[in-house]
Amino acid sequence: MRPPTNYKSRSMRLNSAWRYGINHLVTGLAILSTALVIVPLVAILVYLIYKGASSLNLDFFTHIPAPVGETGGGMANAMLGSGIVLVLASSMGIPVGIAAGVYLAEYGQGKLLAMAVRFTADVLNGIPSIVMGIAAYSLIVMRQMHFSAFAGGVALAIMMVPTITRTTEEMLMTVPHSIREAALGLGVPKWRTVLSVSLRTASPGIITGCMLAFARVAGETAPLLFTAFGNQFWSFKLNEPIAALPLQIYVYAISPYDEWHRLAWGGALVLILMIMVSVTLVRIYAGRGVLKGAS
Amino acid sequence: MTSFFIVTPSSMSLEREPEPSSPLTAPLTQTEATPLHAPAIVNFVASAEPAAAEGPPSPIRQYLNTCSNGGLADKTFAAVMLVCALSIFAIVLFILSILIARSRLSLSQFGFGFFTRSAWDPVSGDFGALPFIFGTLATSLLALAMAVPLALGVAIFLSELCPARLRAPISFLTELLAAIPSVVYGLWAVFVLVPIMRDQLGPLLVTYLGWTGLFGGYNFGVGLLTASIILAIMILPIISSITRDIMQAIPVSQREAVLALGATRWEMIRTGVLRNARIGIVGAVILGLGRALGETMAVTMVIGNHPDISKSLFSPANTLASVIAGEFSEATSSMYLSALIEIGLALFLVTIVVNAIARALVWAVTRGAPARVH
Amino acid sequence: MGVGINVEHLNAWYGTTHTLQDINLNIPANHATALIGPSGCGKSTFVRCLNRMHETNPIARATGVVKMGEVDIYKDASPVDIRRRVGMVFQRPNPFPTMSIYDNVASGLKLNGFRNKAILDETVERSLKAAALWEEVKDDLKKKSGASLSGGQQQRMCIARALAVDPEVLLMDEPASALDPVSTSKIEDLIFQLKSQYTIVIVTHNMQQAARVAENTGFFLNGKMVEFNSTDKIFTTPSDKRTEDYITGRFG
Repeated sequence: MRPPTNYKSRSMRLNSAWRYGINHLVTGLAILSTALVIVPLVAILVYLIYKGASSLNLDFFTHIPAPVGETGGGMANAMLGSGIVLVLASSMGIPVGIAAGVYLAEYGQGKLLAMAVRFTADVLNGIPSIVMGIAAYSLIVMRQMHFSAFAGGVALAIMMVPTITRTTEEMLMTVPHSIREAALGLGVPKWRTVLSVSLRTASPGIITGCMLAFARVAGETAPLLFTAFGNQFWSFKLNEPIAALPLQIYVYAISPYDEWHRLAWGGALVLILMIMVSVTLVRIYAGRGVLKGAS
Repeated sequence: MTSFFIVTPSSMSLEREPEPSSPLTAPLTQTEATPLHAPAIVNFVASAEPAAAEGPPSPIRQYLNTCSNGGLADKTFAAVMLVCALSIFAIVLFILSILIARSRLSLSQFGFGFFTRSAWDPVSGDFGALPFIFGTLATSLLALAMAVPLALGVAIFLSELCPARLRAPISFLTELLAAIPSVVYGLWAVFVLVPIMRDQLGPLLVTYLGWTGLFGGYNFGVGLLTASIILAIMILPIISSITRDIMQAIPVSQREAVLALGATRWEMIRTGVLRNARIGIVGAVILGLGRALGETMAVTMVIGNHPDISKSLFSPANTLASVIAGEFSEATSSMYLSALIEIGLALFLVTIVVNAIARALVWAVTRGAPARVH
Repeated sequence: MGVGINVEHLNAWYGTTHTLQDINLNIPANHATALIGPSGCGKSTFVRCLNRMHETNPIARATGVVKMGEVDIYKDASPVDIRRRVGMVFQRPNPFPTMSIYDNVASGLKLNGFRNKAILDETVERSLKAAALWEEVKDDLKKKSGASLSGGQQQRMCIARALAVDPEVLLMDEPASALDPVSTSKIEDLIFQLKSQYTIVIVTHNMQQAARVAENTGFFLNGKMVEFNSTDKIFTTPSDKRTEDYITGRFG
């Protein structure tokens, strides 16, 4: 028989002290790194809000940019342009994204094809946005020989699809199978079950997922650089260059003029607020559980 | 055990009468439909539809018997959903083919040597991508070196140590930060980070680490190091939130098994969590690498935009993505444009490979559950 | 009014598991028929084959002849047609969480495109009365969500939902197994009243329940139907040793 371990021995005590020392050290390091990350990031946010808020005024939302050297002016045309491009992108990207998500959740369960689609969507999600810009440029701008809002919309739509697909799938998977069975058992055709039962039950989550995708591409600059291209005036035409908020922020940020810097900060704040609202909404739905009360 | 009232089938058959078949051209005819007048069953159900047996089918039955069974609609709907799902493949193939088509000029002119030549001379039409490959790798790897330890610390904190009260707000904040657009980080970097690099951090680095030779040359505030720092800030939330998701996917039983052996919390994290999650964590890091490789706007705004290969981290440089962003709209000759598109093609292929590897690793741990990347 | 069901050589599989083996059975119209047996014996699979719900699982398949009246449901009709004539009540109440009580009960009609409001109103009332739920919910039919009811009420609402399409057959897959004793007895009373109107097939693991509500009982074991007879006979003088063992509690 082994002699009983002497837990009071010097070596045991040292070992114990060492182990607990390491434990505390690592705990401290983890807390420190969290602080190292959180503090500067909060600082970024606060700085943005401070600089942006002091730049916003009524003119910002109602005027087009003033010529160089003059003060005043706003980014109204850029916001309108962003709106137009985003509506275009959403009208293409959201239906396709939701439909692909429906396929994955309702038709593709256990199928190899669905796995491949899922994987491709995740990979597509990681492709740099500038590549989407070049692709849309090569397809549309090079053919039409001029920049256009439409080309920008296509680039952004491609970026929206994989995100929306995966969110839709995820949200549909939270709908209990028993509810689908209830509808099918009543003799409701499958398409109707998917639309009126599955999608309807998951709709809060899917809508917020779409908002998130929308907010994400709303801040994208790279795909618009050589598609929407930007301009300094009001423009409503889809086949002409159009201003967009993130593009304008970029142009103003690298310009040498203080007045334009001011506008850039204001634009950044507007973008951030939009994103904050959508992320918060998603958070609320995710935290609350999309299906409160569902069995 | 007995039931309080049992009507056996045999006793019922005595009362059965022949029933005319349903007047409707329904596929289901009611052969044995007979009113049941069992004395014990007196209730409102029977009285609610006294004529149900003799009369024509109810309007509801008539409607359901004649309305479309949705066979065609079902097939159409399924086909539309399938086409949309397949469009995701189509998008990838379309991007690939159009990039190859539009970069043919440069592909045939320079061949594979394009990626090993350091010339970048739009005036004489001589192009090579080596400086941009160098810039991309240098910034991405530096950013990873800065971000990964911190991200791991944050993930460990959030998943294992954090008081429940703090967990939600901190995760929320990281999610929010992951959603901030690149151009806004760039804006902040131009006006805050660049001056700090130029006036405070830069001189400090020269004083204390100047001997490494990595901090030579003139410090403009913009350059490789600044770009790496902003990249690190941008990929941190992504790596930490995926790592956290992966760590939380490790079953509690794994942790308890280690704790039950008398391990300290760190030993539990190391053997029970990190060891089980390591494949997924590598995946998260590679995913962060994928983001860093293709990050465009913020980098373009602070890297200095010059095709140099220099030992100094202060020197201006250019990445694959930033050279496209910076020079695409000035590319006047078709060879210049073609060379830039070829750079885009390279970026596309590299990020596809990197992301595929990363996803495969993350999936291995989370079993295909979607890891949120915002 | 109900129709009889005639089952010949029904076989069913889940993947490679042969869950139903050559079932032959005559279910008389306008009576309640109970199916008993230990868990996993195939009784649930059997009722799911009667309205072709079995095949909604991609790995499941079934062969054989199931005649509802004169219609072979596997040959002469689409699953949707069949399910519109066969109501089904599941083991756990499964109300549509986004719909009001009214919409839940009317869902079988509304989701199939039926729009006549007067008939819908009348049908909802009649079905809820038939399911003995009307008095409890009539004041907030359109205000309350179907998911806000108690478990027993939800299950009666699901029965009302199945009755609203005016089915010929009502399949019940352990309808009371998730409910408390009071709700269970309400459901049993309901079945007892409904069986004059509908052909009812009820799966249960509770033998007393079978004895209380059904005229005929079938005993399933390991995917086979061991015995089918009047409930009296099954419970008093079973002809098969295995049935006797089961009902006397020697196994299962």
